[in-house]
Amino acid sequence: MVISTKNPVHSVLFLILAFLNAAGIFVILHAEFLAMILIIVYVGAVAVLFLFVVMMLDFKTSLEKDNILQYMPIGLLIGLVFIAELVIVLINTRLDLSNIQILSNPLDNFSDQSNTEAIGSILYTNYVLYFQLSGVILLVAMVGSIVLTLRDREGVKRQIVSEQVDRKGKIELVDVKSGDGVDI
Amino acid sequence: MNVLQSNFFELITIIFYCILIFVPLLVGVVLALYADRKIWAAVQKRRGPNVVGPFGLFQVPADGLKFIFKEIILPDSADKTVFLIAPIITLALSIAAWAVIPVQAGVVLANINVGILYIFAISSLGVYGILMAGWASNSKYPFFGALRSAAQMVSYEVSIGFVIVTVLMCVGSLNLSEIVLAQKNIWFFIPLFPMFIVFFISALAETNRPPFDLPEAESELVAGYQTEYSGMPFVLFLFGEYINILLMCAMTTILFLGGWLPPIDVYPLNAIPGFVWFILKVTLVFYMFAMVKAFVPRYRYDQLMRLGWKVFLPLSLLAVVLTSSILFFFKLAPGMS
Repeated sequence: MVISTKNPVHSVLFLILAFLNAAGIFVILHAEFLAMILIIVYVGAVAVLFLFVVMMLDFKTSLEKDNILQYMPIGLLIGLVFIAELVIVLINTRLDLSNIQILSNPLDNFSDQSNTEAIGSILYTNYVLYFQLSGVILLVAMVGSIVLTLRDREGVKRQIVSEQVDRKGKIELVDVKSGDGVDI
Repeated sequence: MNVLQSNFFELITIIFYCILIFVPLLVGVVLALYADRKIWAAVQKRRGPNVVGPFGLFQVPADGLKFIFKEIILPDSADKTVFLIAPIITLALSIAAWAVIPVQAGVVLANINVGILYIFAISSLGVYGILMAGWASNSKYPFFGALRSAAQMVSYEVSIGFVIVTVLMCVGSLNLSEIVLAQKNIWFFIPLFPMFIVFFISALAETNRPPFDLPEAESELVAGYQTEYSGMPFVLFLFGEYINILLMCAMTTILFLGGWLPPIDVYPLNAIPGFVWFILKVTLVFYMFAMVKAFVPRYRYDQLMRLGWKVFLPLSLLAVVLTSSILFFFKLAPGMS
């Protein structure tokens, strides 16, 4: 539905539904922490900005029919490859749902903790370097985008709040005699 | 057959519990609407609703009845499916979040381990109802209202998240019941007082309450995202909004005011059942919400954004660092001593 609806806003809404489904799969796998983080980060923040941009665009809803047919063969090919991969995986592994706790919790020394604690104790000990590294990469991306978009133009008026609030020397109390008025 | 039967029985129990949450919630919303108008009137030396029923108590049900019998107007150029789904999403999400709120020791529909994250996730989904409503109306004022509202909610969610993190560091669990039990000795609003203030103000902004009700600022945007709505969908929006407000009051109670715990653990106070304390505290926080609505003037939009990003975000980040340092240095963190 994400790619087949003609209205871009509808397709973003379906994309959000797809994220929610992914979160549901995480919940079924007893990975509730990941599910909630997925919703908060992707649905709550990223997809909102996405929807923002798409809503602001002036789009044309009428797409040509043959335009879709044009991409059909390559789409079918990719679909077939994915189905083939799924079939191969399903043939080679026997999925046993009785030990789903073990599947979702492969490190057995964490089986008595909730998975929030387990993720914390693994992420900040064994994998702290990778964690920090991904943080630094995100920081670089953020600084980069700020540097790229920051321009200093001449004659731009900036709001200085302290100056705005400060009324010293800018305000004057005048005693007005009735019927006289004041010169400003 | 036996499995089916027990499943059926389980389903019935869950539905019963849901009704047990839903009905008091609806009554609460009606009373909150009434109290809101009455407090507002009292501050301005008016009488407020006082005609329908004793003390005007039936004013809100009467209004609701009127809305139900009104025609639902669908704008001609609106995206009708999205237009009608939007209020349903708003109401459904705001009710869904109540599933994890513990009103007394052990009295909670779903005592899940990531309770607070669940509430955070659900409330971050609340933006979609408003965005969809604004976009689907296909009109200028609702669209601007929706954009303002979405930007505002996303901004203040950041600082709410950091405030929650500071509380979580003192508790060591994401479970709401354990957050309450961790306040047995001292309620968190005493050691974390600045965070309590930040959370309260952010909650006002998050629920589009005055002084942050810019999405529906009537002098600029008619009625914001709900301009085109009438009849039942409008009631759904109204109820969704007030259930969200009550949810934020309940969150403030749980995170900072000790949930169902009595103020002091002595005889006449701890004999009162927990849910009474809970409701009392929620009422107190709602009273503060109503008072703020009555006597604080509306913010300008750039002031709102400045407050969110330039004041609250650094403040709450600093609080996260400070709290974790103090907990670490004095070995107060849960599981450290």
